[in-house]
Amino acid sequence: MELPTFWFVVVAFLWTGYFVLEGFDFGVGLLLPVLSRDEAERGQVLGTIGPVWDGNEVWLITAVGAMFAAFPAWYAGLLSAFYLPLVLVLAGLIVRGVGLEWRGKVRHASDRAWCDLGIMVGSGLPAFVWGAVFADVLYGGAVAALVGGVFSLALFALHGAVFVALKTSGPVRGRARRTAMITSLVALPTAVVALPGIPAAGAKGAAATGWAASPWLWACALAATAALAAATALTWRNRDGWAFTATASSIVLGAAALFGALWPAPLPGLTVAEAASGPYTLGMLTWIGLIALPFVLGYQTWTYWVFRRRLTAGTP
Amino acid sequence: MEALDLARWQFGVTTVYHFLFVPLTIGLGVFVAGLQTAWHRTGKEHYLRLTKFFGKLFLINFAMGVVTGIVQEFQFGMNWSEYSVFVGDVFGAPLALEALLAFFLESTFLGLWIFGWDRLPRRVHLATIWAAVIGSNLSAYFILAANAWMKHPVGYEVVDGKARMTDLWAVLTNSTALAQVPHVVAGAFVVAGGFVLAVCGYRILRERRADPDRTVPLRRGLPQMWRTPMRAALVMTAIAGAVVAGSGDASAKLLHEQQPMKLAAAEGLERDTAGAPFSPVPGVEVPLLLSFLATGDPQGVVQGTEDLQERFTERFGQADYRPDTTVVYWSFRVMITFGLATVGLSVLGLWLTRRRRRPGPPREIPSWFARACVLALPLPALAMIAGWLLSEIGRQPWTVQGELLTAASVSPGVGLGEVAVSLAVFTALYGALALAEAVLLIRHVKAGPEPAPTGRPGAPRTGGEGAGHDDAGTRLQPTLMY
Repeated sequence: MELPTFWFVVVAFLWTGYFVLEGFDFGVGLLLPVLSRDEAERGQVLGTIGPVWDGNEVWLITAVGAMFAAFPAWYAGLLSAFYLPLVLVLAGLIVRGVGLEWRGKVRHASDRAWCDLGIMVGSGLPAFVWGAVFADVLYGGAVAALVGGVFSLALFALHGAVFVALKTSGPVRGRARRTAMITSLVALPTAVVALPGIPAAGAKGAAATGWAASPWLWACALAATAALAAATALTWRNRDGWAFTATASSIVLGAAALFGALWPAPLPGLTVAEAASGPYTLGMLTWIGLIALPFVLGYQTWTYWVFRRRLTAGTP
Repeated sequence: MEALDLARWQFGVTTVYHFLFVPLTIGLGVFVAGLQTAWHRTGKEHYLRLTKFFGKLFLINFAMGVVTGIVQEFQFGMNWSEYSVFVGDVFGAPLALEALLAFFLESTFLGLWIFGWDRLPRRVHLATIWAAVIGSNLSAYFILAANAWMKHPVGYEVVDGKARMTDLWAVLTNSTALAQVPHVVAGAFVVAGGFVLAVCGYRILRERRADPDRTVPLRRGLPQMWRTPMRAALVMTAIAGAVVAGSGDASAKLLHEQQPMKLAAAEGLERDTAGAPFSPVPGVEVPLLLSFLATGDPQGVVQGTEDLQERFTERFGQADYRPDTTVVYWSFRVMITFGLATVGLSVLGLWLTRRRRRPGPPREIPSWFARACVLALPLPALAMIAGWLLSEIGRQPWTVQGELLTAASVSPGVGLGEVAVSLAVFTALYGALALAEAVLLIRHVKAGPEPAPTGRPGAPRTGGEGAGHDDAGTRLQPTLMY
């Protein structure tokens, strides 16, 4: 595999990791008022992501940093083209981050309510905008952006609800399951529109290359839709772990379809080869990345292992 | 008014703001890790209470550093797309490495530290805070290496109008970076030291006021609890101050070789001068000092802005290559004055609290000194900001010295309105959050550490308004709970 191709896969991998990991953080934050009735339960719901959300967000920093280093023109083109939507993403991530960090340190209930509002809005904004941005890259149109945004919002909400069901016990878990079922009523129909739309758009934009129209892309998109349906069924059957595996798989497959469709032209009129940095930079980054990434994956996995217990209301 | 001007304002506002929080994260993190290490090794309870107290302040501040840092990474692409395309091959690498090698370490282990008090063995838990602060300090190195490359580009060639990296090692060991990293990181320790001094000073004054007759025995008495962190912060500030001064001197000599225009603007020197004097304030001149500082030779020649302008025009074509001399001149002086004042305060404090020759109770910290520490709080932070203004406004009109002008770096497709909206959004948001953070910090400092956990007789009880558990065996609560 040539270096630019390899780095396209690396960037896709980092974005996928980001969507899977911060996807459920967004869902948890967005559904906070739905899933919890009192302060103890709010602590229980947010405790599921407390130790990990910041590490999850670094996947975005790394994905964008890798784009900057490996594909400067893609990085610059994407970020300057979606200027105002990205201002919304950044504003969302700011209020969400301080909300999460500060709500345990404020003394008055009203201050805590401000933090909760920040968490909710700051989770919802990026969850919507990411879907809208990538849908717009593929299709170029307000309707597509809207559908993409609603889809990613619903998908991350479902992913978060399933995650809370997996990580909690008591009334919160029951509420999370019900919420997951209700959320899937939005997520599934939009998935049926949005996911097969990805390979369709890819085929339209870059049909000449052959790969974009490949059956693999269709297979990924359809499997992502099927995984979402499976997640709903598994939640219904009380199989929390499998349901979470299903929503995570759906995001992985959906992201695979997305980046497959972006190959070989991640932006209109810009190919991966044109955007790529020189072989020296890519080679050096490859070596450092290959050495460092296993450690990163190792200690992040360990974090999830340390905090593997289901949380009950009233315990930190 | 052009999009370029607003984009510059946005970069300035967001970067200065970001760098109010980062030095505290860097320095205070190490301080908290040190306190926890002291607790781990001695088992003394007040170290644990101090760890949690300063840990909380550290975390309140850390949140702001993180969220404002995300903006930094995005705005190169958003506002400065031409710059990003030109430099990405070189400049992007340290940014990617920063995320991969430093940010993951910092954020993952900090999550473990915050929530791991009851889940991890003590030794492992101590290791998590050290891993997190190593991450913070490592991130400073990578971003400063990237920044140094803008001022002194090395290890690259220009191919088809883009910089191509030829030597990553040269980029990471850039002489400018090697002088700048200790200067900025040690500066961060001075900022954090000043912060700890102000907090300790405030607590000492407050607790003396609450106990005017010194009924609490001196050795166990509450102001005494603040003696340890205050002494530690004094030592930290004094040592870091020496490193700042030494690396600053090295930086001045590098400026003479690499960025003569910045040096000339910092001194307001218009013509090439042999044996150039240095003026600490306008009107006062120390003969030969500037030449000595810049070249190591009192009679050395320091280039002036006007002569440099002629040479630059000859080399790069017609344009104004002089930075805003007023800003550069004054930020240089603010940096030196406020920085030295902070370090002077720490040396004075060390002398005031020096050990007695003969056995006896430790010297009491005078109230006037505690008050001075509180008043000095803004000085190191202002010195830090002034240093960045000197460094980055002094770099103008270049984004990459000698290669790319700022005017040619901005995103061509982004309009004035868009930049105005984002500038307004970030300024408003940042202003509101700064206020919230200040209130939060002040409230926590006022509340003081949590009370001593066991009902041991004579154990000091702090203010701890509204946080009183005094049943024996109540453990200190985790630093952060949702």
